[in-house]
Amino acid sequence: MRNSVRWTAVALGVVLAASACSSGGSDAASSDGKVTLSYGVWDATQKSAMEELGKAFTKTHPNISIKVELTPWADYWTKLKAAATGGSAPDVFWMNGPNFQLYASNGVIRPLDDDIAKDKVPLSAYPKQLVDLYTYKGKHYGLPKDMDTVGVWYNKALFDAAKVPYPKAGWTWSDFQAAAAKLTDASKGQYGADAELTSFQEYQYDTIAQAGGYVISADGKKSGYDDPKTIEGLRFWTDLIKKKESPDLKTMTDTAPLQLFEAGKIGMYWGGSWDATEFGGNSYTKANVDVAPLPKGEKQATIIHGVANVVSSKTKHADQAWEFVKFLGSKQAADIFGAKGTMPAYNGTQAAWIAAHPQFDLQTFVDELSYAVPFPVSKDTAAWNEEELTYMTKAWNGDESLDKAAKDLAAAMNASLAKE
Amino acid sequence: MTITSTPGGTRTEQPPATGGRPGRARRPRRDRVVEALWGYAFIAPIGLGLAVFYLWPVLQTAYFSFTAWGAFGGHTWTGLDNYHRMLHDHEFGQAMVNTLAYTALGLVSIPLAIVFAALLNRPGLRGVGVYRTLFFLPVVTMPVAIAMVWRWLYNGNYGLINYLLSLVGIDGPNWIADPRVALYALVAVGVWSSIGYNLVIFLAGMQAIPKEYYEAAQIDGAGPVRQFFSVTIPLLSPTAFFVSVISVIGSLQLFDLVYVMAGSGDAARANPAFPRLETVVQLFYDRAFVTNDRGYAAAIVMVLLLVIIALTAFQFRMQKRWVHYG
Repeated sequence: MRNSVRWTAVALGVVLAASACSSGGSDAASSDGKVTLSYGVWDATQKSAMEELGKAFTKTHPNISIKVELTPWADYWTKLKAAATGGSAPDVFWMNGPNFQLYASNGVIRPLDDDIAKDKVPLSAYPKQLVDLYTYKGKHYGLPKDMDTVGVWYNKALFDAAKVPYPKAGWTWSDFQAAAAKLTDASKGQYGADAELTSFQEYQYDTIAQAGGYVISADGKKSGYDDPKTIEGLRFWTDLIKKKESPDLKTMTDTAPLQLFEAGKIGMYWGGSWDATEFGGNSYTKANVDVAPLPKGEKQATIIHGVANVVSSKTKHADQAWEFVKFLGSKQAADIFGAKGTMPAYNGTQAAWIAAHPQFDLQTFVDELSYAVPFPVSKDTAAWNEEELTYMTKAWNGDESLDKAAKDLAAAMNASLAKE
Repeated sequence: MTITSTPGGTRTEQPPATGGRPGRARRPRRDRVVEALWGYAFIAPIGLGLAVFYLWPVLQTAYFSFTAWGAFGGHTWTGLDNYHRMLHDHEFGQAMVNTLAYTALGLVSIPLAIVFAALLNRPGLRGVGVYRTLFFLPVVTMPVAIAMVWRWLYNGNYGLINYLLSLVGIDGPNWIADPRVALYALVAVGVWSSIGYNLVIFLAGMQAIPKEYYEAAQIDGAGPVRQFFSVTIPLLSPTAFFVSVISVIGSLQLFDLVYVMAGSGDAARANPAFPRLETVVQLFYDRAFVTNDRGYAAAIVMVLLLVIIALTAFQFRMQKRWVHYG
């Protein structure tokens, strides 16, 4: 009996030792100088482009290979937060504006200033709004991977059928509204546009900026939702629903507007530059849609946003991770990436991306950069992003007046901002 | 492990050495201790598993419910703060009301399952195997798959249900986006998917009822309906009690069906019916894993645990009133 206990203890010890070894797999590999970096991404349509970049990087850095880890968007942040909490975030991963400050302020990602200075990486090669987006307390945490602006994707077939001229640069809110009215045909279940609620980046933030309003004050301390101009920017959408020129919120809950647009049920869909991959891959939209700049309200405006590559502060291979991020932010990577992925952030490299989708007028998105406004964020953006949805759902569904919902939202958002 | 060193094992298999009433013989104290130890040794694997994977997390959760968490781990003791916050959290209150509504409405599945079981239990019914399979199919299907299919069926504009309704001139609602009907639409799916499970248990219960009762009832002149209410139902009450306890606990923990059908994350918040659909477990998931508010999430599930204990205890107390044991 006593013997067996001893043997069990030995066996357990062996198992524990074995599992301890396997958890440090990448370390074990580093004995011969080779390292595998994990690279966390969320977009399935870009996975192959990311893998190609990884291979291109390994060519010049034979000791570093890249393993692309795809987590679908719906679960990306939930999973990343859990992994970061447990100390097992990928070595390098994609970061977006709304989440950035939370990760930077909690020390989950590494500041890159020393590396940037050492290797003389020119930050001026990227749009300033994107560099600023990934700066927290004066420190830079990421190099921009790509950028996106928003345009009006329109269905040429529906425009032709309704005998409405295609939208063109310089068009205004009233042009848009007139087109939406003409494109709406209830008998066919066809809508002029869609007042989507789940993507403020492509809808509400743009019209708020166009109306001269603001989402959050420049110092990040006050909500702009009770500003009358902000409310005008929101009313742009609720009016469309009231006039039944957009599906109502219930219909959009049952069927996502993107699906309706791809089924030819929506005339004008506000979408990002990244949608070029989606619409180019769908035979109906590839043949029937094109893109125009956003209409002008009081001002001309579009939200600019972009994804950045960041380095986990817990990575065991900080130097190699920086080398990879530096490569991803280079002109060489942007040229490879543009041909297969989304609009690269590196100044002057957008031509390959535009050429990759000749059926769409993608120059529109590049031209919009001259009047693009930054994506509104604060330290804990996710907290008030949830409130935006909770309160605006009531206005979108007609349960409450827009003015009341917007004022309630401003109060709730101010309370959240006060906690930061 | 060596077999020779088990002195207690061999001795207990022998009949008691002394006389007296059989089976009541007292063995030496040491032997009983050794035997008990062996008993514990045999249940140790599962016991250890329960302790590590169930008991310890419960204790941890209870502890965490008195703490506040940072966005990326690390917690501080805050006493009853989370429970205070829950009292004023409108969303939690609504989620609790929704969960209790699901639970109460979900009990409809019990009488339905009894009726279907009785129909299937008729002697000489043709194709009984086919019917049983059809009823049981939803039980072995993944809840997520069920929810996705029903999402399509319920679609307000292109769904099959509204198409069928339109044939008879009814303009159906957006079933899972309209706050007035969404809860019932979800309960219907829950009931539909749980009937098969309950039905199998009731069928087994019915087949355990001795035939003599029915023969006696027949001699007394009772028809099939009278037999059902006077023989089947009372003798089935212990089964019904078991099923109702299981269903209530299950309904209070409802998550997957709502998570898929009502949407999750941004899509859920933009669903106008979401405030009428969110369950306590869903709110727990959101706070624990999406917003990383783990202390508050722990407090939410502790309250849910208390509700489950209370409702189960209530059912056990009430069983004297209606459960007849043979």
